[in-house]
Amino acid sequence: MTDQTVWIVIIGLGIGTFIIRYSFIGIIGDKELPEWLVRHLRYVPVAVLPGLVAPLVVWPAATNGDADPARLTAATVALFIGAVFKSTLGAVFGGMSALYLVQNIFY
Amino acid sequence: MSKQGHNFYWQGAKAGFPFILVVGPFGLLFGVVATETGLDTIQTMAMTILVIAGASQFAAVQLLAENAPVLVVILTGLAVNMRMAMYSASIAPHIGKADTWQRILTAYFLVDQSYAVSILKYENSPELSVSEKLRYFFGTMIPIAPIWYISTYIGIVAGAEIPQKFALDFAIPITFLALVGPSLRSFPHLSAAIVSVVASLLLIWMPFNLWLIVAAFLAMMTGAYVEKQLETNYD
Repeated sequence: MTDQTVWIVIIGLGIGTFIIRYSFIGIIGDKELPEWLVRHLRYVPVAVLPGLVAPLVVWPAATNGDADPARLTAATVALFIGAVFKSTLGAVFGGMSALYLVQNIFY
Repeated sequence: MSKQGHNFYWQGAKAGFPFILVVGPFGLLFGVVATETGLDTIQTMAMTILVIAGASQFAAVQLLAENAPVLVVILTGLAVNMRMAMYSASIAPHIGKADTWQRILTAYFLVDQSYAVSILKYENSPELSVSEKLRYFFGTMIPIAPIWYISTYIGIVAGAEIPQKFALDFAIPITFLALVGPSLRSFPHLSAAIVSVVASLLLIWMPFNLWLIVAAFLAMMTGAYVEKQLETNYD
């Protein structure tokens, strides 16, 4: 790993990520999208985020991929508070508190 | 503008505020890990400011440490960020009428938190104008972006003194779950979320983060299909 390699990665990843983010915002502009497409796009958040998080919860890297009671509990609490009380703040607080609490009980 | 204008920045900032609790630890952890890998302060900060996408930064740094070829490092990082193309498509109908420079700024700040918080607001308040929507969006990043930069810097400086016990690795799953919870507001949303979880766990063997993209597409199709079915049945 040389300095040059690191800089190429930083710049390449930076520009590439910006292009990904700008893609549709830049191209679509104020054009109307077809109804079927809008119908699909409505589900982007619930289609991406649960899938992204599921493997991290079931096989956490910090425990070398072993299921972990503290992390499973924390995830359940965060999801439950978020879904029932519609509160992101409560979900974040509750989840992290549950994580530390169970960790201190079990270890 | 004036009072009303500030109001939307403020509303967005309030909605973004809880996430400093998780973005902070995540930035901290990135600072620590990047420094341990051998990136210097300027490189670590440059990456955090230019890329501003934590998960891909972790992936890139890990591959750099393993001396993977440059192209592999960049493409893996971009694969992790491909979900943002979907965010871009989803938010485009709301802010597509904005000026070019505003859209460029929106693209730069389009992260999981700003996107999820804003899109929820737009769907609950469709009457908002483009400029109100923009102000709300930028408002969400007022607390989040500075915390991301600053906590990375603290991580670089404080280094390995942060005990593993704090389980900072789990800050990011908690964030995503906190973003998902409030979005589960109808049966189609719930169906999509369940398909997303099951598909990602079953497809995790796929390379280049394809599992996430495939799972997301299946889940979007599920949500749209269930919504359509419900509509048809009620008509």
